[in-house]
Amino acid sequence: MATKADFRTTLQDWLPKLVLAPSFAVTLLFVYGFILFTVVLSFTGSKMLPRYDWVGFENYEKLFALPAWTTAITNIAIFATLYIVICTVIGLMLAIFLDQKIRGEGMLRPIYLYPMALSFIVTGTAWKWFLDPGIGLERIMHQWGWESFSFTWIKDGEMALYTIVIAAVWQTSGFVMAMFLAGLRGIDNEILKAAQIDGASNWQLYRRIVIPLLRPAFLSAFVILSHLAIKSYDLVIALTGGGPGRATEMPATFMYSYTFTRNQMGIGASSAVIMLMTIAAIMVPYLYAELKEKKA
Amino acid sequence: MSVATQDTAVSTGRFTRALIYLTLLLFAVFYLLPLYVMGVNSLKPLAEITGGNMMALPSEWTLDPWRSAWSTAQIGVEPTGLKPYFINSILMVVPAVAISTIIGALNGYVLTKWRFRGDTWVFGLMLFSCFIPFQIVLIPMAVVLGKLGLAGTVPGLILVHVVYGIGFTTLYFRNYYASFPTELVRAAMIDGAGFFRIFWRILLPVSGPIAVVSVIWQFTNIWNDFLFGVSFGGTSQPMTVALNNLVQSSTGVKEYNVHFAGAILAALPTLFVYIVAGRYFVRGLMAGSVKG
Repeated sequence: MATKADFRTTLQDWLPKLVLAPSFAVTLLFVYGFILFTVVLSFTGSKMLPRYDWVGFENYEKLFALPAWTTAITNIAIFATLYIVICTVIGLMLAIFLDQKIRGEGMLRPIYLYPMALSFIVTGTAWKWFLDPGIGLERIMHQWGWESFSFTWIKDGEMALYTIVIAAVWQTSGFVMAMFLAGLRGIDNEILKAAQIDGASNWQLYRRIVIPLLRPAFLSAFVILSHLAIKSYDLVIALTGGGPGRATEMPATFMYSYTFTRNQMGIGASSAVIMLMTIAAIMVPYLYAELKEKKA
Repeated sequence: MSVATQDTAVSTGRFTRALIYLTLLLFAVFYLLPLYVMGVNSLKPLAEITGGNMMALPSEWTLDPWRSAWSTAQIGVEPTGLKPYFINSILMVVPAVAISTIIGALNGYVLTKWRFRGDTWVFGLMLFSCFIPFQIVLIPMAVVLGKLGLAGTVPGLILVHVVYGIGFTTLYFRNYYASFPTELVRAAMIDGAGFFRIFWRILLPVSGPIAVVSVIWQFTNIWNDFLFGVSFGGTSQPMTVALNNLVQSSTGVKEYNVHFAGAILAALPTLFVYIVAGRYFVRGLMAGSVKG
């Protein structure tokens, strides 16, 4: 009997680790193993299929010499900056406004948030045709009598990138609003009342007290939005397909086309490595701080 | 005297309030506009879009674009409509969501109630996997799916979505179980209850809310995924990929009304979930960003 009991105890000791082990193994293999594999490929001369001839930093040199990649990183810089700033401004503004004992808040909130439930392909389809000069906004305005109205951004190499900003902001700004609203609702009213008694105006109240208190919400919004921005692939494909020409090329579309349609796997892999490093630079410190805080 | 409420103490003048309401309403219009455009134009004959105004209500209401999008529209080379792809998506989403949620629940249970040395590291490594750009795993995944004979199949897509979904589901359950009193688990252990018995009898019965969050999050993400679908879908492409093929098709007349009907069809399942359980949807989004 004793050995049987021992066996049971030992099993009970090992069971939790055994249950977790498959997930951990899968993560090590499919995430970290794959990352390593892609890193290795980025140093090889792989074309259509993986090859293992070491070429050093050649792919990275080629990558940064390619005009398409320069376009892609310029675009992502412009897109990410505008997307993050506009989403934050709109989100914060809507949250502050909604927090003023607004009648119908229960109606408005879901309207602001529902785009987040849609896929970027659906969002892209809707905006693609709505912004199309032939049938969409421009024509609508003409028919309503504003003959000189012109809106051809989506067909214009210089401006197409901004249509992606519009659609992306439409999709996620409501979510940023929800994050700020949760932050606002967590602020102790007594602090605000005390400041009011001291004669602070509404503007000062928000500028000096409320917004600084929302720091964690700002940080979370920044992390989530930058992560969404760098991964943006679907929206570009659905809205502009990277065009007109290559005007809206992004790192995500670049990686895909170089790897799978242009048979330049080495260069594709090196672009993916650059993308990962960019995201890691933002996510790792954030996650590290979050986990450490929780441990304490 | 005012009673302490959750609302802010800020008081505003009448003019400011009018301005606030106006802004809020304008934004409501902005968010609803694409939905309105899709809805209205999916119920018109094509001539009313190309020859009329997109904002106008249909003068002749028709369900033909919906029928076409569902069962006869040209997707790629086959005139199958979106129906088979909708079915692919269902076949992919249901098992992927169920498996990843169950695994997440067990992981969360181990990581909070059976802690061991280095468990935070294990969790941290799993958590980081939620945030990688998936471009970094596309090439190796294509190779591995090919070797496993799962390339271009629904089971292949299920595998991919489970693998890259367990980070999030583990996060949800871990944060949720962390606030569950560990004393109850200890007491059960002393009474001789084993690992699975404690999970089954004590943790699982209280897991309803977080299970809903996890299911909704996974459902929305997997249903809406495009990158994995287009990379590994092969002949079993999901709805998003089919919709994109429909809309981007360069042959023939652009049937905008059919595109809009198709887009709504692709959006319906997640919209439905959002309308029925929006509360949990928001909670899931927040749990993914703000610490639990």
